[in-house]
Amino acid sequence: MSAMTINADSLTEIMNQSEAVPVTPIEPVAKPRPTPLLQTERGKAFVEAIAKVFRAALPPVIGVFLFVLLWQIVSASGGESGLPGPVKTWASAQQLFADPFYDNGPNDKGIGWNILHSLYRVGAGFGLAALAGIPLGFLIGRFKFLSGMTSPIISLLRPVSPLAWLPIGLYVFKETEPASLWVIFISSIWPIILNTAAGVARVPQDYLNVARVLKLSEWKIFTKILFPSVLPHLMTGIRLSIGVAWLVIVAAEMLTGGTGLGFWVWDEWNNLNVEHIIIAIFIVGIVGLLLEQGLMLLAKRFNYE
Amino acid sequence: MEKYLQIENAEMVFDTKKGRFVALTDVNLNVKQGEFISLIGHSGCGKSTLLNLVAGLLDPSSGVLLLSDREIKGPGPDRAVVFQNHSLLPWLTCFGNVYLAVERVFGGKESKKQLKARTQAVLDLVGLAHAMHKLPNEISGGMKQRVGIAWALAMEPKVLLMDEPFGALDALTRAGLQDELMRIVQEIGATVMMVTHDVDEAVLLSDRIVMMTNGPSATIGEVLAVDLPRPRNRLALADNPRYHQLRGRVLEFLYQRQMKHAA
Repeated sequence: MSAMTINADSLTEIMNQSEAVPVTPIEPVAKPRPTPLLQTERGKAFVEAIAKVFRAALPPVIGVFLFVLLWQIVSASGGESGLPGPVKTWASAQQLFADPFYDNGPNDKGIGWNILHSLYRVGAGFGLAALAGIPLGFLIGRFKFLSGMTSPIISLLRPVSPLAWLPIGLYVFKETEPASLWVIFISSIWPIILNTAAGVARVPQDYLNVARVLKLSEWKIFTKILFPSVLPHLMTGIRLSIGVAWLVIVAAEMLTGGTGLGFWVWDEWNNLNVEHIIIAIFIVGIVGLLLEQGLMLLAKRFNYE
Repeated sequence: MEKYLQIENAEMVFDTKKGRFVALTDVNLNVKQGEFISLIGHSGCGKSTLLNLVAGLLDPSSGVLLLSDREIKGPGPDRAVVFQNHSLLPWLTCFGNVYLAVERVFGGKESKKQLKARTQAVLDLVGLAHAMHKLPNEISGGMKQRVGIAWALAMEPKVLLMDEPFGALDALTRAGLQDELMRIVQEIGATVMMVTHDVDEAVLLSDRIVMMTNGPSATIGEVLAVDLPRPRNRLALADNPRYHQLRGRVLEFLYQRQMKHAA
């Protein structure tokens, strides 16, 4: 009982005090302390976002670290004649990229030039493939007869290894440059044709019913319904096609020589510069990855589902 | 005009892998201008097939369909269809979808400004002016179906055809859209043919309910005139004995005379 009275008393006391404090004129009015930056709503969100980035980045970082470690172990276990290790390769890469665009005549160009040459060939060969493959894909998808006509030929030619086309190219064009474009063209055209045709054949009946009820012209059907509807499939085709082209170009350039990453790899093999071969593998991988990611980003823009 | 839409001895036979399948036979129906007709029946009774015949998306195997004394040959914007799954083009905004129809039907006669005004007006009519620049995937199912209705109304069709337009919606959204549809149809005096499997929907909206027998060889079993006064109010109808009588008639047709054996 007494404890309660004390409690009640002290409570009123505290309440009076707390009421009294702000009015006491003698005491200087304390400025309200600003909340620490990281405890505000935005600060917390910021911390959370950083933590999220770390959580997402941790597994890949560990993976890459283990990969480099493995590489180091393998190269160290080889002794003098072993593969160059990460440190040696890194140093060599720094040297290589210090001057990527030098030009000492036809067979000695900077790494930048070689990359650009390979990219140009992929772009040109793929461009030609797209120019021919996209319309062909639309026609095959739209007309059953044409699909029946072309399907045995496509089934026969598609599995042919890209490099098997190189001698044909060399024979027909008598020169290496158009021959390597030809190889890129013929190996990257199939994914474009097949994906476009599949996309056209899979345009939902609902959309075509819209076209029928509206009695749209063929041109309107193409621009307003077929093309947008096929676009995601077309993007998949382009992505696969550029992937194939990038795979093939290195091999093709090894055979045709002159310029490009493939030629460079073979040239460095002849010079027994193994660091450069390893660097080339990384370059091919990184450029391929960038192409893929770039096209994925582009494809996302055209996906409506 | 008494006979606006005429269906005479329509028969629909499909050639399937298992041989001839007679979906509809001996279908006769006359629809007056401004009338709201519901087609009701069990699934597989050919009610959607009948709607597609009127739409021209299917050609009858025999028989004739006439709309204001002209034979129906192929689809056309004078018989706009509201599809069950709204069928909006996902790469066009709501405005773009409706504009495509408006442009097709009135493009030769009106200026761009007029076409745009028309599109806005019809989106206003279905209460979607605020969402017209959104893509179909950015709005709810009920709103998509409103755009579907706007799309069809924009063509100023002679007949508005609706294939289970509210079938995919939840009950509350459906009720809201039914009320809205009643208001719009009253406002513009549209002739409507709607496929439904919802007895309440049929009684609430229709002037006549066309009840179909079970397939194969389905046909019109009975036509029920719904003589409830308009405008109708779903709450008031709940206490209306005539409403329940009509509802009972449809239920009796569907569940006693056309009992579907457990599928």
